[in-house]
Amino acid sequence: MAEQARLIDIYIMGKYYQVPEGLTILTALEYSGYRAIRGCGCRAGFCGACATIYNFRNDPQLRYDLACQKTVEPDMCLVQIPYFPAVKAVYDLEKIPADGDNVKALYPDIVKCYGCNTCTKTCPQELEVMWWMTDALRGDIKAVADKSFDCLMCGLCAARCPQGLTPYYVALLCRRLNGRYLTPPAAHVAGRVAEIASGKYDAEITALKTAGEQELRRRYNERDIEPALEQSRE
Amino acid sequence: MYPAYLEENIHIVEDTRVRRLIENRPPLDESDKKALLRKYHPDNIKSSMRKLKVGVNQGDSAPVELADLLEGNSRIDPKKFDPSSPNYNVDVLVIGCGGAGASAALLAHEAGARVLVTTKLRLGDANTVGAQAGTQAADRPEDSPAIHYLDTMGGGHFENIPDLVEVLVKDAPDAIRWLEKLGVNWDKAPDGSMHELSGGGTSRRRLHSARDYTGLEEMRVLRDEIRNKKINYLEYTAAVELILDDKGQIAGAILLNMETEELIVARARAVILATGGSGRLHIQDFPTTNHYGATADGLVLAYRAGAGLIFIDSMQYHPTGAVYPLQILGQLVTEKVRTLGAQLVNSRGEQFIMPLEPRDVVTSAIIRECRERQRCMKTPNGDSGVWLDSPMIDVIRGPGTIARELPAMVRQFRRFNIDITREPILVYPTLHYQNGGIKIDTEGATNVPGLFAAGECSGGVHGRNRLIGNSTLELFVFGRRAGLAAARYAKEVKRGSPTLEHVRRWQEELQQAGIRDQRPVSPRLLPDYTRRTGGYTSAVFQP
Ligand SMILES: Cc1cc2nc3c(=O)[nH]c(=O)nc-3n(C[C@H](O)[C@H](O)[C@H](O)COP(=O)(O)OP(=O)(O)OC[C@H]3O[C@@H](n4cnc5c(N)ncnc54)[C@H](O)[C@@H]3O)c2cc1C
Ligand code: SF4
Ligand code: SF4
Ligand code: FES
Repeated sequence: MAEQARLIDIYIMGKYYQVPEGLTILTALEYSGYRAIRGCGCRAGFCGACATIYNFRNDPQLRYDLACQKTVEPDMCLVQIPYFPAVKAVYDLEKIPADGDNVKALYPDIVKCYGCNTCTKTCPQELEVMWWMTDALRGDIKAVADKSFDCLMCGLCAARCPQGLTPYYVALLCRRLNGRYLTPPAAHVAGRVAEIASGKYDAEITALKTAGEQELRRRYNERDIEPALEQSRE
Repeated sequence: MYPAYLEENIHIVEDTRVRRLIENRPPLDESDKKALLRKYHPDNIKSSMRKLKVGVNQGDSAPVELADLLEGNSRIDPKKFDPSSPNYNVDVLVIGCGGAGASAALLAHEAGARVLVTTKLRLGDANTVGAQAGTQAADRPEDSPAIHYLDTMGGGHFENIPDLVEVLVKDAPDAIRWLEKLGVNWDKAPDGSMHELSGGGTSRRRLHSARDYTGLEEMRVLRDEIRNKKINYLEYTAAVELILDDKGQIAGAILLNMETEELIVARARAVILATGGSGRLHIQDFPTTNHYGATADGLVLAYRAGAGLIFIDSMQYHPTGAVYPLQILGQLVTEKVRTLGAQLVNSRGEQFIMPLEPRDVVTSAIIRECRERQRCMKTPNGDSGVWLDSPMIDVIRGPGTIARELPAMVRQFRRFNIDITREPILVYPTLHYQNGGIKIDTEGATNVPGLFAAGECSGGVHGRNRLIGNSTLELFVFGRRAGLAAARYAKEVKRGSPTLEHVRRWQEELQQAGIRDQRPVSPRLLPDYTRRTGGYTSAVFQP
């Protein structure tokens, strides 16, 4: 049980606390009596709301992580950083074709990236942030979209960039351009939308809606099930 | 890393893999399913439910944790509060900004309404970002909306509201296309056709995914679009009461700045509730997959304003919540893991259930395995669990599949030194979804004029059990419908003058039922996880 676990020393905003080993930074804060209003969302490593900075008593080097994922270690000194606004370009996706020049036009400052790699070292998702900034400069939208896919938009990379760049917004733009323009639209989806609009399935669904529960159960139990396992992906 | 005694048991799981590779577990038939659910599903534990004493659904059962809040005291004293001088005056107020709220806001804006979005946490920090597995829509040639209809009705035990299901399945492909146009990166083949997987209870492969960050990808795009369209939004600002007018129509809401505790009046011609679920009420002490703000606020607000609720005694326990390590107790192990071929195995290495049965059935089977048959493993923390044999995926589909299809899952466990490509995952059911909610029609309208609801806080479409991928689908189908309908309603409505008369009457009703002093204030807003250390508490010190 948590109460029997070994207690370790930590410091929250300068104050000393003892908390059981094995807690995450977020639960350690709560264990110590702090209540999060900002700085907490999914509690599961998906939303990026809990970006946190810490270092150790005898090691001033700053480190970064998600408070809901990182477990506390002895002598950790914790602070949470509030999410602050960063410059996001405003655009109409329908009016900007997927062309590298558009990325540069919307985020002109990316030419100032001097490749210090601070963003990469900061990213709690271990993404190659600097590399996709280079890809963005080269206009390779697809590469940015691919490499940045797991970005939680926690904002840590922008917080630390010495040039004030916002890699996560650059990536978001590229992913949207990629989804909208650089991957072909799904013809079978559009086709089905048209079929539905033409009323093709109306009679069948009305029949199901008006069938008695017994009949519906029979049809449900007798429906054929497509094999879940499909070997070929591409 | 697992402790040694669990590692030892893993060898048994490994030894049975060859046998399980060719084993074909048939689905259970109707009567076996029924018996299993009746005996083991948490919804059927009578002592955890009670009947509501006041309000529209008086006499209906609800889990006690939810019933307490539904019958709660208002945070606002109607005698001391004047709702008639607004800080904001808009056509459509959207409360909550997950996928449902965002879709509603975008469509209402597109229809020409002045929109204000208010949300308790950061914009988009919601259950929606946690959705990993995917979104359903019947758009492959082998599939059809009619089959989707049948699957959904069967999954919901045939209690779903047919009109809502019809709209759900018919609007589905268009919802997917809408997101595609907004730039969502769906998993696709090079020719653009969707890569689709099956899930529990679905008879066709129809889950559209974006790796295992589907909800995050959907939400990132919608949130970005809200900013591009310059729709006004307030963050860390929770709705604490609805405002009606003297004609009984909706007139806006009272909002709370969570940090300064300042109250804000938002006047609106129409209000859309999109506050999501209730996992953080920890019903029956279950851990949960839900985000920090999932405390059923929308249900509470709607109920007090006179809106009817449906199926509120029905919760979904996701069969596979993590039980080890303690730091991620209750967190979701996405159903996609089973979809890809991982099997559920007990401590003897036996597969005890077909992994793609509907969720409530799998949940009940795991509870039986642990509680009755004792064929489970105990964690050092004392929790029980069974194995989800993830390495089987690479055995079946080829090495590298897990890394490619489940990067979020791999990362999450790697943080605790567990390699799910080589070791199975220890799981037990976790509180995941509120099957019921505010009763709506096909336009998202409630029985209170001008009040709309969409997403997890609404009820009816899933019956008593939701299928995987139908929830995120519901957000875009009913969120968009509610947004349009609310904008249309706002154009036409003749407004009265705002009052809090319904709150006054509510407090009176509680008094008359003799429960006013026994009930907490609600909505709850956030769970209370801060540890109260010994010594004096707030009973002595009033801040
Ligand atoms: C971990 C996880 C995985 C899931 N996986 C899938 C999946 O693969 N496929 C699928 O279809 N479904 C899945 N689901 C279910 C699905 O994600 C949710 O049901 C759905 O996203 C709910 O969306 P929503 O917009 O209704 O609510 P949410 O996304 O939860 O948004 C609710 C919003 O309302 C706000 N709010 C709450 N109360 C108030 C208040 N009083 N005032 C103002 N704002 C308030 C919240 O802060 C939040 O922003 C999953 C759920 C979870 C938790
Ligand atoms: S890329 Fe930046 S915003 Fe995205 S997860 Fe990494 S640090 Fe956070
Ligand atoms: S931190 Fe900023 S300047 Fe340094 S590599 Fe990253 S984007 Fe470029
Ligand atoms: S709270 Fe969402 S990532 Fe930590």
